[in-house]
Amino acid sequence: MASVTLPVAARAAAPITPSGAIAKRLLSLVVVHGILLAGAIFMLLPFVWMLITSIKPPAEIFTAQISLWPKQFYGVENYSFALSQAPLLRFALNGVILCAGILVVQLLVAIPCAYALAKLRFPGRNLLFVLVLLGLCIPVQVPAMPLYIALAELGLLNTYFAMMVPFFLSVFAIFLFRQFFRSFPDDIIHAARLDGMSEFEIVWRIVTPSAWPAIAAFSVFSAVAHWNDLYWPLIVISDAKLAPPPLGMMFFADAETGSNYGALTAAATVLTAPLVIAFLIARRRFIDGITMTGVK
Amino acid sequence: MTMTAIPAFGTPPRSRRRLWIEQITGASFALPALALLILTILLPLAVLLYLSLTNYEFGAISADWVGLANFSKALADPIIRRSVINTLIYVAIVVPGGVFGALLIAILVHGRRRTRSLYEVIYFLPVTSTLIAMATVWQFLLHPALGPVNAMLKWLGFGEIAFLSEPSTALATLAVIGIWQLLGFNMILFLAGLSAIPRDLYEASEIDGCSNGIDRFLTITWPLLGPTTMFVIVTTMITAFKIFDTVAVMTRGGPMGRTEVLLYNIYLEGFQYFHTGYAAALSFIFLAFILVFSVAQTFTLDRKVHY
Repeated sequence: MASVTLPVAARAAAPITPSGAIAKRLLSLVVVHGILLAGAIFMLLPFVWMLITSIKPPAEIFTAQISLWPKQFYGVENYSFALSQAPLLRFALNGVILCAGILVVQLLVAIPCAYALAKLRFPGRNLLFVLVLLGLCIPVQVPAMPLYIALAELGLLNTYFAMMVPFFLSVFAIFLFRQFFRSFPDDIIHAARLDGMSEFEIVWRIVTPSAWPAIAAFSVFSAVAHWNDLYWPLIVISDAKLAPPPLGMMFFADAETGSNYGALTAAATVLTAPLVIAFLIARRRFIDGITMTGVK
Repeated sequence: MTMTAIPAFGTPPRSRRRLWIEQITGASFALPALALLILTILLPLAVLLYLSLTNYEFGAISADWVGLANFSKALADPIIRRSVINTLIYVAIVVPGGVFGALLIAILVHGRRRTRSLYEVIYFLPVTSTLIAMATVWQFLLHPALGPVNAMLKWLGFGEIAFLSEPSTALATLAVIGIWQLLGFNMILFLAGLSAIPRDLYEASEIDGCSNGIDRFLTITWPLLGPTTMFVIVTTMITAFKIFDTVAVMTRGGPMGRTEVLLYNIYLEGFQYFHTGYAAALSFIFLAFILVFSVAQTFTLDRKVHY
C-alpha cells in the first residue's frame, strides 16, 4: 500500500537517510511486484494452459508428468480436428452477426429516445423515464419465459431474430445517452432549429456525433456482453448452425464428452480469440468503455 | 457546422406551434423505445405474473388457476431453499474476494508507472474472454489426475483434490473462477476512482503526519473511494447472484446438489421440465433478490454517472 504515494515518499525521504530510504523503497517494490505477479499468474494461467494444451499431442496431455512446452508439436492436428468437428468459424461469425444486429438496433432505438428525454418536452416524459429506471433493474432472465413462449407460438425459435429481440431495447443505453445529451448546449440546438434543421437531423447530425465517447463505450460494453452471453441463446437456439460462441463451445464440449483436451482447448482458443484480440488492439477503448458504463 | 458561429441569444420565445412540434417529435422519438419496452419487458412481466398464478405447463392446452400455490410450494421446496442458500454462499465468497482483491490490485497498479498498462491488460483479460470456453480450460486445469494445479499440490506434498467433484469444494471452486472473471472489471472501476483523488491530498497528509501507507489509506483513499466501493459491491452482488454459466457447463448442479443455484434451477424448471407456472413463481423470487440489490445500484449509479 505504500506504493500509492511512493514517488512522494521517496522524494520526501531521500535527502534525509539515503541508504535507509533506498532499502525501504526496494523492499516495498519487491512486495508490490510480488503480489502483482502472483495475481498475474493466477489471471494468465488458464490462457497459457489453453494455448499450450492446444498444441500438445494426446500422449503428452494424458500423463501425470506436467510439462510447460510440448516435446512434439501437435497444433496443426488439434486445430484442424477441432475445425472439422464443429463449425467454429461459423460460431464466431454468428457471434459477429448477433452483436452487430443487437448493437445497431439498440443505437437506433436508444439515441432518439434519449434525446427526447433529455431535450424535448412531451406528454408522458417523466413516466417513460421512470419506466426506463425500472427496466434497469430487470435482468433478461425474468421476462425470458414469456418471451420464449411468444417466440415459440410465432414459430420464431432457432432464428437470429429470436436471439436478438430481448436486447433490442437497452434501457441502459437510454439512461447513459440521456446523461450525456443533457449536457449538450441548448443554444446550438436552437440555432440549428433556426437554420431550418429538422429534429431528426439535429439528433443524428449534431447531437449524436458529440456523444461519440459514450456511444463507443456502450458499443464495447454491448459487444462484450452479447458475445459471451449463454443463457438466452441456450434457450432459443437448438440448431448448432446458429449458435453463438458460448453455445457453440457447449455443443462442442458435449459432443467431445470432455475427453479430447487438445481439440477442446483448440476450440476454446478459436472462440476466445476474436474478442481478446479486439481488446488487445483497442485496449484503451475497452478500459475507458468499462469505466464509463461501469455496469454489467 | 455553421450554426456554432451564430451568436446565441438565449431561449427564443416558444410559440404554440413550436411547442406542438416539440411534443409530437418528442413522442415519436420515444415511440420505438416505448413499444419495445412494452413488448419485451412490461407485457412479459404481466404474462409472467399471470403464469405464476397458474399450473400452466408449456405445450399444455389449458391451465388452472392455483393462486399462490406455486409460491408456497417454492418456499417449502427443499431444492429451491438449497439453491438459494448456495447462491448466497457463492455471493458471500465472490463479493469480498472480487471487491477487496480488486481494490488491493488497483491500489498497487495505480502506483506503477512503466508496468501499469501491462498489469491492466493482464488483469482485464479474463473479462473479455468467453467464460464458457475458459470454463473448459479450468476444468482441465483442476483435473485431479491430469491438471497442473493438482500436480503442483502433489509436488508440495498435499493430497489430490477433485475440486469440482468434491461436495465440500465445488461451490468454492466456482466462486474462485467467478472472482477470476470479474476481478479485472472491478479493478478498472477502482482505478478510475483512484485517479479522481487529487495527488496533493496525499502530500498534505504527509505534512499532517500521515507517514505510512496504511495511515494514508485509512485517512484519504478509503473515505474518498467510498462511493466507488459501494457501487462496485452492489454490481458484484448482482453479477454474482446471476451465476449460471459455470454451473451449466462445469457441474450441472452437482456434486450432490452442492452447486445448484437459483438461476440454474429456474432454467431447469422452465426450459427443461417445462413447469412453466412454477418457474414463473421462481422468477419472481429471483427478481425480488435482484430488486433489493438494484435499488441500491440505481441510487449509486445516479450519483456516479455525471459528466
